[in-house]
Amino acid sequence: MGELISASNLQKSFGSLRAVHGVNLRVNAGEVVGFLGPNGAGKTTTMRILTGFLDPNDGVVLLNGISIAEDPIGARRTFGYLPEGAPAYPDMTVREYLHFIARARGMPRRDIATAVEGVATRVHLRGVLDQVIETLSKGFKRRVGIAQAIIHDPPILIMDEPTDGLDPNQKHEVRELIRTMGSTKAIVLSTHILEEVEAVCTRAIVIANGRVVFDGTPSEFEAKAPSSVTRNRMDHVFRVMTGSGVEAST
Amino acid sequence: MIASGAMSPWRTILRREFRSYFATPLAAVFLVVFLFSSGIFAFSLGGLYERGQADLRSFFQFVPWLYLFLAPAISMRLWAEERRLGTIEILTTLPVPIWHAVVGKFLAAWLFSILALALTAPLWITVSWLGDPDQGAIIAGYIAAALVAGIFLAIGGFVSAITKNQVIAFIVAIVACFLVLLSGFPLVLNFFRGWMGSGAIDAIASVSVLTHFNSLMRGVIELRDLVYFASGIVGALVATALVVDWRKSA
Ligand SMILES: Nc1ncnc2c1ncn2[C@@H]1O[C@H](COP(=O)(O)OP(=O)(O)OP(=O)(O)O)[C@@H](O)[C@H]1O
Ligand SMILES: [Mg+2]
Repeated sequence: MGELISASNLQKSFGSLRAVHGVNLRVNAGEVVGFLGPNGAGKTTTMRILTGFLDPNDGVVLLNGISIAEDPIGARRTFGYLPEGAPAYPDMTVREYLHFIARARGMPRRDIATAVEGVATRVHLRGVLDQVIETLSKGFKRRVGIAQAIIHDPPILIMDEPTDGLDPNQKHEVRELIRTMGSTKAIVLSTHILEEVEAVCTRAIVIANGRVVFDGTPSEFEAKAPSSVTRNRMDHVFRVMTGSGVEAST
Repeated sequence: MIASGAMSPWRTILRREFRSYFATPLAAVFLVVFLFSSGIFAFSLGGLYERGQADLRSFFQFVPWLYLFLAPAISMRLWAEERRLGTIEILTTLPVPIWHAVVGKFLAAWLFSILALALTAPLWITVSWLGDPDQGAIIAGYIAAALVAGIFLAIGGFVSAITKNQVIAFIVAIVACFLVLLSGFPLVLNFFRGWMGSGAIDAIASVSVLTHFNSLMRGVIELRDLVYFASGIVGALVATALVVDWRKSA
């Protein structure tokens, strides 16, 4: 019970490049999983497979028990998704966009205005609700992306770099939000900020060259550093695990 | 299954798309070009005055050629824009069957081109005031013109689904529509006659937009012609849905 995300043996190649190579993932309600890994490790590719945007070459994804391959529409109802780069329609105002997403998600019309106001309050978008998305700063665009992902209060949340481009105050706010939601939902997020994993995640998964090289709690992760390392211990572990920035051959 | 009080997804997408035409100057430019050139053709090139006969025949003869350029200008952005912005990742992970998005986008584009057509009503009023035109022929002409716009937009939408480059989508759509338009011309048919049987030649002639357009223009709405346009549009939309689904992330 409670297992909301179950992905087994995910494989994805682009030509001769193996972007994801045998990734397994189980996430229960109440868990916040942080994906870590160097650029090009396969985090985005894995999340795209989870949401069905990419079809894997092999492997099975079940969201709340529903197969994304066999019942894509049913499976898509279970999650909210913030894609990499937080894409949104630039010519719409924030309010129009959130209304559109809520409608497309089948939310009853009478509930939509309240839902938009509510989510705008939670991610601090009230001041820009009637501004055209094109004219928003990067951080505000990111918040719009977060808002559209959570507007329908889904049991599963998949967010690719949710705090990228946010100022320190907003990073803090969004982490608080994720932590709060994490008590009841299954959340998967990716990040390049190791402290973020410590701050919000119940579990850290490190991906390198398409493989899971670590899966455990943030403190287990930090404990991998030798006691001689006293500062930036997580950075140290990360570098050791993922090849210390040396380009690993594919 | 949609919760009560919710709008069905294709209508939601249609609304968003249709409004997006008016978010940029594109709509105004398009409508002005359409009205300006149709006016020129009807009055000067078509010799509306000189022929001493009040009808819109010359205007309608010109419409397929006008749409040959203007329909690809509308359709080029339908899917290429989604790919460029990355919003296709949002759209295809919403719990909405892909055909809703395909139909919604197509209908928005079609409605927009029908709006352009409707704005030529002053021409109709003028000729009706100047003389006593065959109103049935004019109505048939408007229906034929709308159907030509529909089939061109469906073809152009398909082309737009293949690429993220709008310029390529525009040019390839013009070429594709041009071929469909011209396949009934003796010049084109003679080219094929050298190495194809007469059955194949008839088949090619029967896929020509012009053949069916002219047939409708005679003022008789024949089932054969309606079936032609309907199957052409539906066929192109089905192909679009398949391509979008296969190459979501391409
Ligand atoms: N559509 C694609 N076609 C070809 N190669 C791709 C495609 N998408 C991703 N890749 C490759 O797959 C690998 C994994 O990419 P992915 O985007 O999943 O990395 P990531 O872990 O999200 O990196 P980052 O931290 O930079 O966001 C990379 O080598 C990338 O170049
Ligand atoms: Mg990424």
